[in-house]
Amino acid sequence: MNLFLDAIAWLADPANWSGPSGVPTRVLQHLVITFAAVAAAAILALPTGILIGHTRKGAGIVGAIAGAARAIPTLGLLTLLGLALGIGLKAPLLALIVLAIPSVLAGAYAGVQNVDSAVTGAAKAIGMSPKQVVFQVEIPLAAPVIIGGLRAATLQVVATATLAAYTADFGLGRYLFSGLKSRDYAEMLAGALLVAGLALLLELLLAAWQRSAARRIAAPARSSSAAVQPESPLVKESV
Amino acid sequence: MIEFESVTKTYPGQTTAVSDFSLVVPSHRTVVLVGSSGSGKSTLLRTVNRMVEPTSGRVLIDDEDVRERDPVALRRSIGYVLQHGGLLPHRSVLDNIATVPVLNGVPKREARTAASELLERVGLDPKVGRRFPGQLSGGQQQRVGVARALAADPNILLMDEPFGAVDPIMRRELQEELLRLQADMHKTIVFVTHDVDEAFLLGDEVVVLREGGVIAQRGTPAEILGAPADDFVRDFVGADRAERELHITEVDGRTIAVDASGRPVGVLAP
Repeated sequence: MNLFLDAIAWLADPANWSGPSGVPTRVLQHLVITFAAVAAAAILALPTGILIGHTRKGAGIVGAIAGAARAIPTLGLLTLLGLALGIGLKAPLLALIVLAIPSVLAGAYAGVQNVDSAVTGAAKAIGMSPKQVVFQVEIPLAAPVIIGGLRAATLQVVATATLAAYTADFGLGRYLFSGLKSRDYAEMLAGALLVAGLALLLELLLAAWQRSAARRIAAPARSSSAAVQPESPLVKESV
Repeated sequence: MIEFESVTKTYPGQTTAVSDFSLVVPSHRTVVLVGSSGSGKSTLLRTVNRMVEPTSGRVLIDDEDVRERDPVALRRSIGYVLQHGGLLPHRSVLDNIATVPVLNGVPKREARTAASELLERVGLDPKVGRRFPGQLSGGQQQRVGVARALAADPNILLMDEPFGAVDPIMRRELQEELLRLQADMHKTIVFVTHDVDEAFLLGDEVVVLREGGVIAQRGTPAEILGAPADDFVRDFVGADRAERELHITEVDGRTIAVDASGRPVGVLAP
């Protein structure tokens, strides 16, 4: 309990809130590397996952790759990459991208694959090109699941991004590593609390995003109740 | 005019869905393909808009082989109504109806106005346009499906058991509505159903299919009912069923038609 109070005291100390190693700077750095890793993973994995979900081919291979990638220990991978690439941000960024890809990929292909084939078939039959079916039907209908994949990836990355401080002076992980080295456990715990708080905040934001995406397409699920309530909020939103 | 020329479709590892099917669907007429499941009627319908490519034979629209047309452009030029509506659940009813015109480059506002008029034409309140498909009853969804098929003003309508999933009363209403619409639209309609009564009600010409897409008989409803080609057709159209066999009796000076089991079905006009 004493340690916990020390951590609170550390967090309350204005000295820790300014300068190149102050909390705002570290939080910002942590967010930057999290966002960069998830964005890079999305650029690689979203198109691949959507394509696989659309063609319904190669799902087995993707499942295997995603499963295998999940089993890679990030710290081990980071050490390996660090030895190859040296000190700096490159190694942790790459390791975090590898960490994020399986969730993003699985969300994208599962989401698109589970879109009702009667709906996509009808879209094709009335004259949508394959591209229009993907962008106007499959992606909007798969959006909640796709966002769910991004949400899972973001959570994993934001927690693991502390490892960036292993090879670079970057992010909230710095407090953990420097605290460990100087046996300043209050600093360590304060850093851990900040990471946990950041993870919770991102989780809340992404969950809200996912819910709003789901609500936009949820009309069919509430057919019977909504049919007798013409003044449901859904109707107003659409205008 | 739609022409099927010796259309055959076999799926790998399965029996033949359609074999050597030839038929001419004249312009501005309704032709109904009727048969039980496995008769290849939906497969035939889908060869017209290239959702299915025949294994051999060809399909011509106004003397042009559909295979020479770009499939996307071809499908946009043909109205298509499916059993379960096939509406896009994430778009409002108006946007669903406006889908094809918008894809064809009609400005959104204009397309929505036209869509709203179409809603009235198929017997729906324009207010329904703001709702989502999931908020409509099955019958309303089918009406929206018909409106969507009409939105680009196609010459041809393909209807794949469009009223199969709605209750009998609603189905009757939808059938009447289609007859009313066709009376002033004069589209070329190919209609697929397993319901003989629906076929006789809607078809200028009816094609009875047996297993494997073979024509058992074709003709006007009266021809088929009056002179079934064989036992299969007689059985399928129920020519021997009690309610098809009518007699006339006199009741209080009026002439009443009754079926074979004595149930009155109507009064003869004087």
